[in-house]
Amino acid sequence: MVKTIAGGPSVLYIDKHFIHEVTSPQAFKGLEQRGLKVFRPKQVVATADHNVPTLNQHLPIKEALSRIQVEQLKKNCAEFGIELYGLGHPYQGIVHVIGPELGITQPGMTIVCGDSHTSTHGAFGTIAFGIGTSEVEMVLATQCLMQTRPKLMRINVEGNLNKGVVSKDIILYIIAQISASGATGYAVEYAGSAIRNLSMEARMTICNMSIEMGARCGMIAPDETTVAYIKGREFAPQGNAWEKAVSNWSTLYSDADAVFDKELHIKAEDIEPMITYGTNPGMGIGITGHVPALSEIDEREKPSFEKSLLYMGLNPGEHIKGRKVDYVFIGSCTNSRIEDLRMVASFVKGKKKAGNVEVWVVPGSRQVEKQAIEEGIHKVFEDAGFILRQPGCSACLGMNEDKIPAGKYCISTSNRNFEGRQGPGARTLLVSPLTAAAAAVTGEITDVRELI
Amino acid sequence: MGKSINIIESTAVPVTIENIDTDQIIPARFLKATTRDGFGKNLFRDWRYENGDEQKPKPDFPLNNTAYSGKILIAGKNFGCGSSREHAAWAIKDYGFDVVVSSFFADIFKNNALNNFLLPVLVPESFLQELFELVHQDPAAEIEVNLENQYIKIVATGAKESFEINSYKKTCLLNGYDDIDYLLNMKAEIEAFEKQ
Repeated sequence: MVKTIAGGPSVLYIDKHFIHEVTSPQAFKGLEQRGLKVFRPKQVVATADHNVPTLNQHLPIKEALSRIQVEQLKKNCAEFGIELYGLGHPYQGIVHVIGPELGITQPGMTIVCGDSHTSTHGAFGTIAFGIGTSEVEMVLATQCLMQTRPKLMRINVEGNLNKGVVSKDIILYIIAQISASGATGYAVEYAGSAIRNLSMEARMTICNMSIEMGARCGMIAPDETTVAYIKGREFAPQGNAWEKAVSNWSTLYSDADAVFDKELHIKAEDIEPMITYGTNPGMGIGITGHVPALSEIDEREKPSFEKSLLYMGLNPGEHIKGRKVDYVFIGSCTNSRIEDLRMVASFVKGKKKAGNVEVWVVPGSRQVEKQAIEEGIHKVFEDAGFILRQPGCSACLGMNEDKIPAGKYCISTSNRNFEGRQGPGARTLLVSPLTAAAAAVTGEITDVRELI
Repeated sequence: MGKSINIIESTAVPVTIENIDTDQIIPARFLKATTRDGFGKNLFRDWRYENGDEQKPKPDFPLNNTAYSGKILIAGKNFGCGSSREHAAWAIKDYGFDVVVSSFFADIFKNNALNNFLLPVLVPESFLQELFELVHQDPAAEIEVNLENQYIKIVATGAKESFEINSYKKTCLLNGYDDIDYLLNMKAEIEAFEKQ
């Protein structure tokens, strides 16, 4: 914190700034117009992810506007001295996948990016949040940002997860409990034994979706799991610096007597595999549950609820297990890491995809892709009839060619089920990688617990 | 883009839908520009047109209803949730709105709006419903938004509600200042902080 302005925001110093092709061009243009340089180019890392193709990345990008944005990023990075992990670079990938996997993301840092899923990095005990393009420009120009202090919320998840339930189900459950706006204005800490027992990648999935309940950021206190994950990664501290860093990180936890503005307690055993039925991530139910009946909905909220179900082609009160699906998308900054791919592969091994579905698996980064190939995961997918594509945001937001056709149902491991998110008219059902794998094999919404 | 903002007296456009996410405000496929201009024509694109076809406006959508016009957009609670795309604020401003009124705003959208001299006015749910009712019954009803004195008023009845805004941001909006100018003037302090 550089300074607090009386009656106003604080000036927050930013340790790491990630940028990508979609939300940065206007910021660079702004710098040019003001005749400014990038203040600390070494603290900025760039990649191309949002609108890159996920097939034939070695060829020039076909879609003209996407190509211009990716080229503009290249030009801006060269001009302003910023490291770019662009298409073709072995480190290229989704910005929230590569930051952690390269060891750039470290506990105690402040991290921003012109992307709302920057909350992902909070899994390392960082303060990490998404910003708009004007703010990207501010950080490029001054390495600082104006921020008001958020309220604090702690969500405790205690106990053991049931069979077939993974971290994605935890966060979908939490959002269903508190709604898509339930944490707006809050910084959220996730705590409790069920969180402690998760791997770093599973923790990232949880922090990633903090924004889906409106939270400014989500975080988990660093522990041995965090340290073990970072150790030896490309940009992790080395030698003495490592020892010093680890000792600093061990001080990053909430005091025992810390006071939160809001505190939630969740029992892990209450959570079953989750799925969303509507058009915001708060509209989630257990896989054996039913779409709320009209009688369960607040009078004032009925028009929005009915609009949502009309879009989804679902009826109030219906059970959705067994409903046919058309596409399965496994990818996005929520669930495209190697553990996600391993989870899917171990379920799918020896099985075949159903005839009525198309299955796209999009790794989060070149490194994830490489590792998947080294581990033979790509063979499992090929044998099952899945297509392993190349890294990018892909069908999570359909900025590239990977769009779901209008009216089709897509079981997706991504983070948003908004109208048109995966393509105009596309119908998204958010689930865990395991539940997605089950749907890929059966061709319908499936309770994965019946198959494992 | 018009800089500085204070008193806006105008009719309003009501969009009663709740949880309007930034993907609806400006769908991702329109984020491929490298400038800040021209997003207004794609504001609420998929809600405005059948199959995205500009020749086929959906008559039910308030932006297509010629009875409604003005510089004030009134929207259901949790407005601007989802993606951090500032293009959403650019699209609303470019379309011609200076104010968005709702009973709840998503954080990132609110910041983006303020950085673009688009004033988010947060009102209690009951007052929001009163505004919807007013505009539905009389689309010509004038509403006054007064930043300096921090209130929103139904001109005909005088019904008034105050709204919050932090004093720093208020000064910025009233005078056309932006954060970047402020931060640039702090360079020495920022450099001193880096050495700590």
